[in-house]
Formats: sequence, C-alpha cells, structure tokens
Amino acid sequence: MKKLILSLFVMASFGFYVISQNGGNSSNGLLTPNPIVSSNNANNTSTKKNPKTVVVTKPNIPSTPVAPSSPPVVKKNGIYNDGEYTGSVADAYYGNVQVKAIILGGRLVDIQFLDYPQDRNTSIRINSYALPILKQEAISAQSANVNAVSGASETSPAFTESLTSALNQARA
Amino acid sequence: MKENRTIMGMPVNIEIIDSNATEEVFEEVFNYLISIDERFSIYKKTSEITLFNEGKILEKDFSNDMKEIFRLSLQTKNDTDGFFDIIYSGKIDPSGLVKGWAIYKAAEILRKKGIKNFYVEIAGDIEIAGFNSEGKKWAIGIRNPFNKKENVKIVYLSDKGIATSGTYERGEHIYNPKEKKVANEVLSLTVIGPNVYEADRFATACFAMGRKGIEFVERLSDFEGYMIDHEGITTFTSGFEKYLK
Repeated sequence: MKKLILSLFVMASFGFYVISQNGGNSSNGLLTPNPIVSSNNANNTSTKKNPKTVVVTKPNIPSTPVAPSSPPVVKKNGIYNDGEYTGSVADAYYGNVQVKAIILGGRLVDIQFLDYPQDRNTSIRINSYALPILKQEAISAQSANVNAVSGASETSPAFTESLTSALNQARA
Repeated sequence: MKENRTIMGMPVNIEIIDSNATEEVFEEVFNYLISIDERFSIYKKTSEITLFNEGKILEKDFSNDMKEIFRLSLQTKNDTDGFFDIIYSGKIDPSGLVKGWAIYKAAEILRKKGIKNFYVEIAGDIEIAGFNSEGKKWAIGIRNPFNKKENVKIVYLSDKGIATSGTYERGEHIYNPKEKKVANEVLSLTVIGPNVYEADRFATACFAMGRKGIEFVERLSDFEGYMIDHEGITTFTSGFEKYLK
C-alpha cells in the first residue's frame, strides 16, 4: 500500500513539475485545480460538482511533513528542498488563488489551496426581490452564434502562477 | 483576419475586418500588449510596478504610462466612492485598471491606422468597433458563470466596450441566519460602456460593491449593466435591453 501511495506521489510530482515549467503559456482549462488534485483522488467525475474536493487534500499526508526543528534535510534525489512553500497570491479575476507546496524527499507530495475561487452548482429559484428600476429574470442558455464572449477569466493561470512561485522557492 | 495569443497569462483575441489589416498590424498590437505586461505585471521581478513596490524606484522615476495609470486610478477611486483602489496591503497592484486601459490603447493603435471594424479582447473584456464580417453589429455572448461553455445573453454592439468582473463563490459566504440560507451574492457583473476602459473600471469597482453595484451602474449615463447572482437570477439596468438587438 505504501508503495502504491509513493508511486502516486511520484507521478503527481512529475505532473506538477511539468506544469510549473509550462509557466503562463498553458492554455486555459488545462491547469484547472480540479483534475490535478483529483490525480490522487479516484473520484474524478464528481470533482467538478463538489467544490469541497478542490480543497480536500490527501488526509493521510501530515500537514507538516518536515519537523521545523530538525536540521535542514538535505535534498535526496528530487529537484526540490524539503519543506512547505507558500506561493504568491495570484489574481484569477474570479478571486485570488494561493497555494502551498509540500515537498518531501525532494518531491512535491501535496498542494494545499490557501485561497481559491470555487465553482458550485446552483438551483435556479425566482425570488421576489426587486429593485425599483432594475429588471430581473432567471438566466437561460442562449444558442445563437457569437463573435466573442465576455466573462471573467479562468482560474488556471493564477493557479500556475502561485504554484510556480512556491516551487521556485523550493528549488534545490 | 483573426488572431490569438497568450499575453499576461491571458488569452488575447483580435479580429479585424478591414482589408488593410496586415500581419504587421497584428504584430504591432501584440507587441504593445507585451510591453504593457513587462511594465505593469506584479509577477515580473523587473517590471516598473515591482521595482516601485520594492522601493527600488520612486514616483519621480515613473514612466508616462505609469503616471497615467496612477492618475486614472485616483480618478476611478473618486468616481466610485472609494470602491476602486490599487493599494492592497501596502503594495500597489493596478491590474484592476491596466487590462481595460491596455485594450483601449491597443484599439487606439488600430484606429490611428484608419481601421474601423474590429474587436480586441483580453480574457473576456472587449473593445468593439464598427461591424462584423457580415456588416452587422458584433454579437457578444455573456458567459454563464455556472457553465463556461454557455452564454446566458447575447448583446449586439458597435463602438462600445464590454467588461465582466466576477468570482467563483468563495469560501466565506455571508450566512443569513434568519432565512437560513447564504445571502445573495453577485457572481458576475457585466458592464457595457462607451469604451472598454470605462466598462472595465466600473465593472471592477461596482462588482466590489456587491448587490449595490448594479444600482450604481444604473445611475451612470451611457452605461448598462447585467448582474448574475449565485442563484442564477440576473438583474439588469433599465436600458440594457436595447442591446439585445
């Protein structure tokens, strides 16, 4: 079992390393937090619908893998120094994203979201709340073709930004 | 011609209808936006904004662009009852203003070349000029914050700016104990204004006002707004429907 967990971490850390090398060039959607966190979470299909899965990190990982009092743990085979590294706060336009990278044995073993925008499903419900001049209606999907779309931008570049900054601090 | 790039970590889309649109024109605009990013990115160690935040340069050393952004920020703070501010925890972060301003300036480059029919979009904020390839007003979707593949409204614009400010729902909901539900929160606020700079700065500031934001937009002449709350109810200003065709 331990071996299985370890190998999952190795796979995940490689994935994160690749992501961190990609920097801001990655296209939107590729780096959304959900699929990344769910790489250690078999419950893939529900991650989008349940915002909690974004923050739930593997419970069997100690939150402080390296005792701060212990002498500096020299890097082993990995590319990072052990410890916890807090990334920069990155603006995702929907809100801020900030992650903490946990490095153990020179490898990235966990990412914790300290701050994150989250998606959630909602039930459409009309309420009687009305403003004097303003009009209200329930939203409904439109099918006509458009030239461009206005909307707040994605989370992913900010996630990458924060994670990259955390990993840069950890770099051996 | 339509081209896209990723600049500032954000998708940039430009479409030009006029026949004098050359590859060089696109290059010039993209390069301009890259230079703005170099100057204003709070993530770049050598950007002017970072140097200022680290005390390595002073206000007297500012470039003209930086002076302009500071002036516009102050003006916007005054225009929005203080809801817009670029100072967060002791550091300057003008990103809430720079994007709309940069799109507007990029569009100015095109206008100075006599190009009349185009749009310039960065991550959902758009400057719209003239007409589309069919000679009609540009059709702009307002994205569904619950499902980004969908649009919940389509507006038809010419010589306008449109910008959306939004958030996924955050962890810290305001809970209303009387009604035993989470208080209504604003998921996104779209503002249509005379240009994208104006639309963007009011979208940013009015979004920060919460539910009051759409009322603020209602009071602005030449601006319309479309707000979506977390229950999927939209509230829009009295003149908004004129853009629905």
